[in-house]
Amino acid sequence: MKTLASETSSKVEQGRIVNNFSIHVATINGSGSQSSNNVLMRSLFQMGIPVSGKNLFPSNIAGLPTWFTIRVNKDGWIARKKEVDILVAMNPQTAYEDVMSLPSGAVCISPTELNLEKARQDVIHYVVPFTELANQATDQIKLRKLLTNMIYVGVVAELLGIDFAEIEKSIRRQFEGKAKAIDLNLVAVDAGRKWAKESAAKKDPYYVERMNKTEGKIIIDGNAACAIGSMFAGVSVITWYPITPSSSLCEQLIDYLHEYRRDEANGKATYAVIQAEDELAAIGMALGAGWAGARSMTSTSGPGISLMAEFVGLGYFAEIPTVIFDVQRVGPSTGMPTRTMQGDILSAYLLSHGDTKHIALLPGSVEECYSQALDAFNLAERFQTPVFVLSDLDLGMNNWMSDPFPYPEKPMDRGKVLNAQELEKLGKFERYRDVDGDGIPYRTLPGTNSPIAGYFTRGSGHNEAAAYTERADDYLRLMDRLNRKYQTARKYVPKPVIETQAGAKVGIIAYGSSDFAVQESRAQLNAEGLATDYLRLRAIPFTEELRDFVEKHDRIYVVEQNRDAQMRDLIRLEMPDLAMKLQSVLHYDGLPIDARSVTDAILSQEK
Amino acid sequence: MVESTLKQDAKAPNTNRIGLTLGDYKGSPSTLCDGCGHDAITSQIIKACYELAVEPHKVAKLSGIGCSSKTPAYFLSRAHGFNAVHGRMPSIATGVSMANKDLTLLAVSGDGDTASIGLGQFCHLVRRNVPMIYVIENNGVYGLTKGQFSATADIGSKLKTGVSNELPPIDICSLAVEMGCGFVGRSFAGDPKQLVALLKAAMSHKGTAILDVVSPCVTFNNHEGSTKSYKYAKEHEMPIHEIGYIPFYEQIAVDYEPGSAVEVKMHDGSHIVLRKAAKDYDPRNKLAAIDTIHKAIAEHQFLTGLLYIDEKKPDFTTIMQLDDQPLASLGQDKLRPGKDALSAIMAELK
Repeated sequence: MKTLASETSSKVEQGRIVNNFSIHVATINGSGSQSSNNVLMRSLFQMGIPVSGKNLFPSNIAGLPTWFTIRVNKDGWIARKKEVDILVAMNPQTAYEDVMSLPSGAVCISPTELNLEKARQDVIHYVVPFTELANQATDQIKLRKLLTNMIYVGVVAELLGIDFAEIEKSIRRQFEGKAKAIDLNLVAVDAGRKWAKESAAKKDPYYVERMNKTEGKIIIDGNAACAIGSMFAGVSVITWYPITPSSSLCEQLIDYLHEYRRDEANGKATYAVIQAEDELAAIGMALGAGWAGARSMTSTSGPGISLMAEFVGLGYFAEIPTVIFDVQRVGPSTGMPTRTMQGDILSAYLLSHGDTKHIALLPGSVEECYSQALDAFNLAERFQTPVFVLSDLDLGMNNWMSDPFPYPEKPMDRGKVLNAQELEKLGKFERYRDVDGDGIPYRTLPGTNSPIAGYFTRGSGHNEAAAYTERADDYLRLMDRLNRKYQTARKYVPKPVIETQAGAKVGIIAYGSSDFAVQESRAQLNAEGLATDYLRLRAIPFTEELRDFVEKHDRIYVVEQNRDAQMRDLIRLEMPDLAMKLQSVLHYDGLPIDARSVTDAILSQEK
Repeated sequence: MVESTLKQDAKAPNTNRIGLTLGDYKGSPSTLCDGCGHDAITSQIIKACYELAVEPHKVAKLSGIGCSSKTPAYFLSRAHGFNAVHGRMPSIATGVSMANKDLTLLAVSGDGDTASIGLGQFCHLVRRNVPMIYVIENNGVYGLTKGQFSATADIGSKLKTGVSNELPPIDICSLAVEMGCGFVGRSFAGDPKQLVALLKAAMSHKGTAILDVVSPCVTFNNHEGSTKSYKYAKEHEMPIHEIGYIPFYEQIAVDYEPGSAVEVKMHDGSHIVLRKAAKDYDPRNKLAAIDTIHKAIAEHQFLTGLLYIDEKKPDFTTIMQLDDQPLASLGQDKLRPGKDALSAIMAELK
């Protein structure tokens, strides 16, 4: 079975392109297309073919254009593919522009009434009488629009050769427990399938064939992965304010906590989730809980980060642990809030006023969303400081294939906390004294039964004993110790992942959700004769590996999803002597980054 | 303890039920202006905690920013304290309360901190009914930034410079009642007897207890034309009752006349006894409370006492169905689900 599958997958018969294409579905949001697209994606996944799905959606509930792009790739490249191979043009508002943007030879599946055939004659058209088919499928007018979306699933599946048993399985999963919905959707899929079988002669080269590359894998979005990581990290106070694209992180966390962290008999919970009145309050609650000894977190996006700025600075100076998930998006205000970006690198790193710099983790996959959530809580308590996890909309809200997550090996690291017995033995306690020389002081928690446990928490004006001070020398010592603590953090944060190639003189640095596109780009660059080494950053502050990497290469391209080369500038700040080696590949149109754009940008600068 | 008993002589300081002296409830010396109303309130907080034999290590002191918010440093030095950012102490308090529901939260804020920059957080704190004592040291003026009007300044009240306030005040007590607060009291820094009784009662309340205490600013708001001056407050104060607080452990010894008083039983078994003074006033009637507050404002009277109480409203830690143990004290065994949980989650995603 295994051999057979891999043989068929690698075989490209004459004129046939197998398991290697993208499908772009254009619909109107609120029309129910999300279910159809999930069914399509899942069916492909169940056939063992590497697949990814991305929802390119508007900030709206119903009526605006939305696209869903599915990438099928036998080699496992799951970044967005720049070129559209198969367009399903269901949205009259965008149909003309959608079809005009297709490359020559692409496929266009569209409803009869849109007349798209005339617009492009160099495209393979399948013109489907969707309205007629929907009318035949149900006499309920309200349902026809919804069913139209499932009819295209039938058409696409028949044309590509997707196994209908898998489609049925996906529908049953998608509409679990809703027998009527399942029946109706199966009827719709069948209507599409029949039409395609009887009325559409296959004119395009795209096919799917069963593989075994998804066995044992899971499909999950990054927000769910962060949520699972947070629960297994032992988070107990969770505060949030709804904001796209981070809301689903806390929403999914609530579901998991409800199932796994609550006593079913008496309803008592080992956690508290508070939907705050705004992000100002959300971070305040998280800091209050962290100060009092709970593992706390909040989850937000760029606008929320801005609102949290003052409190995060207090957290830095008063040395209070908490974890802040920032699912980055384009900002501010209206227009592009549902589009992806790596836009908060500098603002998160330097958040607040005065001299502040923070620890930030940079998950590059859903698995790292999980593992870095675990790391973040340990780092926050070890370093007694707010720690950021910088995810983004593409990673956070889109579905990704992954190996299942391993159970955490490391026990929870609660950091330097003194209890009443330890205080009695010591006889003396000073909250901000650097006893160990690593810049990290000891703390006590409110409620500790000792006459010397108490201390007063303030902002920038405190000495080692936490007493109020405005003395210049006290402030200098505090600032230098905080810096010492930050230097210690370099040894604790996740190290970068480095991949090398023999003879490579060019280095690529990337981070976060750019990883998939960069990996694929390196294969493309290889095919063009350019060998590259690759360093994927996983944390700020940087570790020593970064300097080594930059030093070793003639030229470095820092790939990132923002206009201003935020990470490159941060690296330049850190190593000004090597600044001129650092060049940029920037992707900032709001769409998830793709390999072709990276490859083209590097090749054009290499010329 | 044994040692101190043996050495006991005429000079030995008095101690309370748990063997602590009044001095054990003090903090560092105040750096506020001489005669500041806030220092008078600090003294009563110290007295109330001493007399109730509060265990200092079980208290978390919280404040925002302003002169008032400096005061937690001046009492209960053995307790943990948190001087937060301006107007956002309520969110810190909410987080602390969730992390450790066994702590007594004792918070001090000011009128700028609560009624302007922190008004949103104040309302939501009250709405959630986070269990805590929330004292507003209300002087109608921004002291620390040198004398700007706050949102509780009365129309027509004058700054030292002669500038008159044109906007109506926000009445913190009626707002708190409206937001569903279960304990709303008002007092005056110059009335230690009433203040200490209200503070003690607030400490027995399970929920947010709001105490709005008019506390004249001797430097910026204690002149002719100010409606938050010592002189004005003394002339216009109208106590709605004499308030007596009887802790649970003292009840047997107490003798009071129930016939002339409204008696309110607190959740911990202690009692507040309100002897009728100016009016026939029942603080358990919400609409009557709002009505009385507004009538007093219209008549330029400064109403003090326990304005409203509801001992039945569930507090936030109860609503949240928190584990019996404080969340902050839970270990990995209770916080990290087992391997089978992760396997089950992974299986669902396949």
